[in-house]
Amino acid sequence: MKKKLNVFSGINLVGNVRIALRALRSNMLRSSLTVLGIVIGVAAVVALLSIGKGATANITDRVASMGSNLITISTQMRFGPGGSSSDSSSLLYTDYEQISSSISGIRSVVPIYSGQEQISSSTRSSRYSITGVTADYLDVRSYTIGQGRFISEEDIASDKQVVVLGSQVADDIFDGLSPLGRKLTINGKEFTVVGVFEESGSSTGMSSGDDVVLIPLSTAYDKIFGTTAMSNGQRTVSSILISASSSDVVDQVISDVELLLRSNHKLTLTETLPFSVSSQAQALETLSTVSSTLTAFLGAIAAISLIVGGIGIMNIELVSVTERTREIGLRKAVGATQRVILTQFLIETMTLAVMGGVLGILLGSAIAETFTLLGVITAKITADTLLLAFFSAAVIGLFFGIYPAYQASKLRPIVALRYE
Amino acid sequence: MIEVKDLTKIYQVGDMEVHALDGVSMKIDDGEMVSIMGPSGSGKSTLMAILGCLDIPTSGRYWIDGDEVEKMNEDEQAFIRAHKIGFVFQQFNLLPRTDALENVMLPMIYDGTSSKERIERATEALEIVGLGERIHHHPNQLSGGQQQRVAIARALVNQPSILLADEPTGNLDSKTGAEIIAIFQKLHRERHQTVVYVTHDAFTARHTERIIHIADGKVQREEMVPHPLVAGASHRSEDAAANDAEEA
Repeated sequence: MKKKLNVFSGINLVGNVRIALRALRSNMLRSSLTVLGIVIGVAAVVALLSIGKGATANITDRVASMGSNLITISTQMRFGPGGSSSDSSSLLYTDYEQISSSISGIRSVVPIYSGQEQISSSTRSSRYSITGVTADYLDVRSYTIGQGRFISEEDIASDKQVVVLGSQVADDIFDGLSPLGRKLTINGKEFTVVGVFEESGSSTGMSSGDDVVLIPLSTAYDKIFGTTAMSNGQRTVSSILISASSSDVVDQVISDVELLLRSNHKLTLTETLPFSVSSQAQALETLSTVSSTLTAFLGAIAAISLIVGGIGIMNIELVSVTERTREIGLRKAVGATQRVILTQFLIETMTLAVMGGVLGILLGSAIAETFTLLGVITAKITADTLLLAFFSAAVIGLFFGIYPAYQASKLRPIVALRYE
Repeated sequence: MIEVKDLTKIYQVGDMEVHALDGVSMKIDDGEMVSIMGPSGSGKSTLMAILGCLDIPTSGRYWIDGDEVEKMNEDEQAFIRAHKIGFVFQQFNLLPRTDALENVMLPMIYDGTSSKERIERATEALEIVGLGERIHHHPNQLSGGQQQRVAIARALVNQPSILLADEPTGNLDSKTGAEIIAIFQKLHRERHQTVVYVTHDAFTARHTERIIHIADGKVQREEMVPHPLVAGASHRSEDAAANDAEEA
């Protein structure tokens, strides 16, 4: 008998796969529902993580495209007594002039003044953020002129009432008509559109070239903002953009600027500077943190989907556990060993997990791609996302498939057969 | 040939110990056709499960073809179930959504039999039980009697030394039951198949050569049947009368 036993235990892998596939085929509905659970989990993880990663990459690219070696000086938000209009806390036009003349390692400096104003064309009227800039603006912001020209030195010098628009704003105001040369009014004053930026196509919600309204800074002070841009008889600026001559000098420029601002505003070294002087690298860091949080958040939602998918699988397995326990009892009664039964269930479950995993990856990628095609966000599908989704779903599928089978296979055949 | 000695089976039900088997000893020779008869709760199904290696006794010894079952490991017992024993259940226990042929092939898929041979042998087994025309029917397309025939074909397909049946006619009407007993008698007569079945019914029991009476987990007596009834040829009422006369 011992000799025969060896032959008996030699049931091969192919045979096992056949047994498992036959069992799967005869339970088409249950198999499909189990696969569906895995598909949902995997697809959710793939789609959400890809979108999250795409958003991160998008933000990073956007910040990098804002111009290299960019340093931004802006007024810190201040709350409480003193307010933001007190002498020491307003960034002044004279600060810009001194930075421009006395700080070394600078390629260009641009003072900016912006505020919300009403813009009207013959068809539309709406409030926009209007920004007064100088002709050097394009040295610090990497926007590209699509039609017409940018604001010139001459426009500044003679307070010309000209405006350069972002593509989105131009579309909004002129309803898709060619904006070049057309008139619009800002705060009741008539301006001529001299240039429109190329569409940058981004939608991350950060300030892009698509939604700007730029006018000469001198015009902004003299014709639009007037006294609101004054503080104690001096012109103020909203921010000052500095383009350092190289990335090596960025830190030096920042500390020089901070020193200069302290002396201009009569602040000692121990007092808190009411301005932020920060580089693009720092901004990038902050934004990366934000978008990593976003990805983690999407990941958490994806994990929930995975759990829901897992519970779906578990429900299906639990519903069928009675029938399957009897099936296991019967298989044992006609001579199957525990090992053969476990192998059968392992192959069955693995087949379902692999099918579900592959379909889930396809579906999830399709969803992510759809987002990209719709222009909502450029999703980024990476190998680690796919592997993570696939293996977590496979583990859930395997666990819920194998565990009840393992329990049943340990029972004596008569007990399994009478299971209810 | 199977032999058991002093078999006991004790179930723990709450605080109570239930002695389902209380020292059963018996022997069944090759080529015999035997019925085990007793009222419900007598322990006959428990005995059958142990004989079929589907359950283990609390104590006692069991030999099948000279090998002691209690000394075998799990895999060796699985081998016994696959090759030495064909088991027929009261509830048929067929795999649903699986056709008759595949159900009959089930015991062979675990031992490396080639698929060609599996189909040949399963078809042959289905022909023996008279279902050659319905090999691709699913259990839900078959009557109770036909399902039990599939189950018998499955039990036969590995040519077991012994065919065990636990109340094989219990879920069937008397006419269909008689057809099932007729199959057992034919297997016994033509192929010298050892057949043991359990029944609570004296009429069904009298179709075998020997009746082992069981009550309260013990063998009460063994009765030889000099002229076993022929299934389908005799009627229940005659036998009941005969039986009553004997009891008196």
